[in-house]
Amino acid sequence: MSLMLVFEQILNGIQFGVMLFLMAAGLTLVFGVMGLINLAHGSLYMIGAFAAAAVANATGSFLLALAASLGVAAAAGALVEFLVIRRLYNRDHLDQVLATFALILIFSEGTRWLFGSFPLYLDIPDYLKGAVILPGGLQYPLYRLTIILIGLLVAIALYLLIAKTKIGVRIRAGENDREMIAALGVDISKLYTAVFAIGAALAGLAGALVGAVQSVQVGMGEPVLILAFVVIVIGGIGSIKGAFIGALLVGLTEKLGSILLLALLSSFLEPAQAKSIAMMFSSMLIYILMAVVLVVKPSGLYGRRV
Amino acid sequence: MKFSKLTFTAALALALSATNASADLKVGMITTLSGGGAGLGIDVRDGFMLAVEQSGVEGLSVVIEDDQRKPDVAVQLADKLIQSEKVDVLTGIIWSNLAMAVVPSTTAQGKFYLSPNAGPAALAGKGCHANYFNVAWQNDGLHEAAGEYANKAGYSNSFIMAPNYPAGVDALTGYKRMFNGEPAGELFTKIGQNDYAAEIAQIRASDADSVFFFLPGGMGISFLKQYANSGLDLPLIGPAFSFDQGILQAVGEAAVGVKNTSQWNKDIENPANMAFVKSFKEKYDRLPSLYASQGFDTANLLLSAMATADVNDQDAFRTALEAADFESVRGEFAFASNHHPIQNIYVREVIKEGDVFTNKIIETALIAHSDVYAADCSF
Repeated sequence: MSLMLVFEQILNGIQFGVMLFLMAAGLTLVFGVMGLINLAHGSLYMIGAFAAAAVANATGSFLLALAASLGVAAAAGALVEFLVIRRLYNRDHLDQVLATFALILIFSEGTRWLFGSFPLYLDIPDYLKGAVILPGGLQYPLYRLTIILIGLLVAIALYLLIAKTKIGVRIRAGENDREMIAALGVDISKLYTAVFAIGAALAGLAGALVGAVQSVQVGMGEPVLILAFVVIVIGGIGSIKGAFIGALLVGLTEKLGSILLLALLSSFLEPAQAKSIAMMFSSMLIYILMAVVLVVKPSGLYGRRV
Repeated sequence: MKFSKLTFTAALALALSATNASADLKVGMITTLSGGGAGLGIDVRDGFMLAVEQSGVEGLSVVIEDDQRKPDVAVQLADKLIQSEKVDVLTGIIWSNLAMAVVPSTTAQGKFYLSPNAGPAALAGKGCHANYFNVAWQNDGLHEAAGEYANKAGYSNSFIMAPNYPAGVDALTGYKRMFNGEPAGELFTKIGQNDYAAEIAQIRASDADSVFFFLPGGMGISFLKQYANSGLDLPLIGPAFSFDQGILQAVGEAAVGVKNTSQWNKDIENPANMAFVKSFKEKYDRLPSLYASQGFDTANLLLSAMATADVNDQDAFRTALEAADFESVRGEFAFASNHHPIQNIYVREVIKEGDVFTNKIIETALIAHSDVYAADCSF
């Protein structure tokens, strides 16, 4: 195991982490402010990717495609909030899970009906293609560096939005006391739609960014959704800061964990044996991390005490 | 949950020839029509139904169900098709882990199973069954051909990787069986995995001179796109599954020039294949993939047996299937003693034809190849 490999995996972990953050931010906001479990968040990720692929194929512009992913996912989010989700705020979590699960099926089959079952083509633009040589001589894909940059910028923007703006004040107030903020005359239903649309737009952006290096296909959102839930549980439900730290932790664990574990086991076990044990544990690492965090801090790293 | 069920009745065409004595036959097709692997199942289904339609045969009905790539769903569907729909023959499964869940119980209940895709080693050797026929390949086959090609190309330490499920294990086993070099590294990835950054980092850290990978469907698209931008330029080799017609358009330029192995390609010159490619394109407005060719061959095998034997006379029907008296679109085709194909496997190269990415055959890797598991199989 070389130092170079560790360095590359750290970058991979950060890149994966900021992607998860884009997903988890919306999820945790929606849960924190409205108390809603939204399983259909992965579908918004898929919608973003499909919107980007469709626009990129029609116009050839990657920036327009990213804009479309934000716009279409936000619109889809707002529409779903207005038509379905709104009716679920006062219901219990089981009803919310059922209804949003139904939304997953509707979105998946709807997308299949519109775009067909075969994966769509979405490629990164020429100016982001290829690898750059980092200090130390490591070659690293330019596009992944760009994703890290975009993710960090979004995190800063989100922090400013929540900490410094009026809508941010309302979101924080909504997290603390839903009834009170409504009683003070804030139009709570508009606030909810806005929060839902912001979360949806971020998920859509994540889908488009990732879709360009993975495959744009029906059902692409669900595996990410599971990890996003792990992230918000680790970070503490409702906390954007928690989601950011949690996402980076999960990303680094996922990418670094297996090689470090293998190196550790190889120091005292036969190579073949070390490999099979490392492989077995590497897929569990994230969940072990989650379990440890929950034992030490039952409401997550930055969660409110319950 | 309730899933869409399509029942096709292929008994509409006028039979001009003299009536043959075959009784009615009901086929149950369980395949992946939704979720990430849907393109593969849809191709098998479309190829199969095209052959049924072209035959104009009377008395054959097909019930199609979607397994969503979930083994538990596939098992439930198989029970339903056998017990309440009373099908005589099951077919359609794409994924080896699903085949392992469905095929043994199907044959144990006295039904025939014709596999249009999955060919796990366990069902070719000790777990073989007289009523189980594989019309595609034993899983190892295409990977063995890739190993053989790697020798010829002069590679001596490939980095090899595949998803961690029965077909992935078969893939690496098959490659290593033929490959004379030493793998520089060996990795099992998660099935359905889409981010290969960690794997690419490990390839970079190894001293490999080539990369062999088996990543079917969307997994292959993701890997190829990420590999193309990683700064790595080791030659890639793989089986046809990451380069089939359904996904090449989504991969784009990143795949051009890559060598891959397949038992079929659209440029194999025989009348059956040329007619198949033409009619598939006319009916579905896309080029057929190897999955479609396998579905087409499976249906034609079934039709050939139906023409000479009654499915209720199991021994006669089995003998008729064993004869494989049909025009396979891949050319020469026969069954080995374990009911798996004996066939040529070719090396193809990804090319761009006009605006469409596709493959052309450049050489033959293995001639009249059959699998090594036949020796362990006795009915």
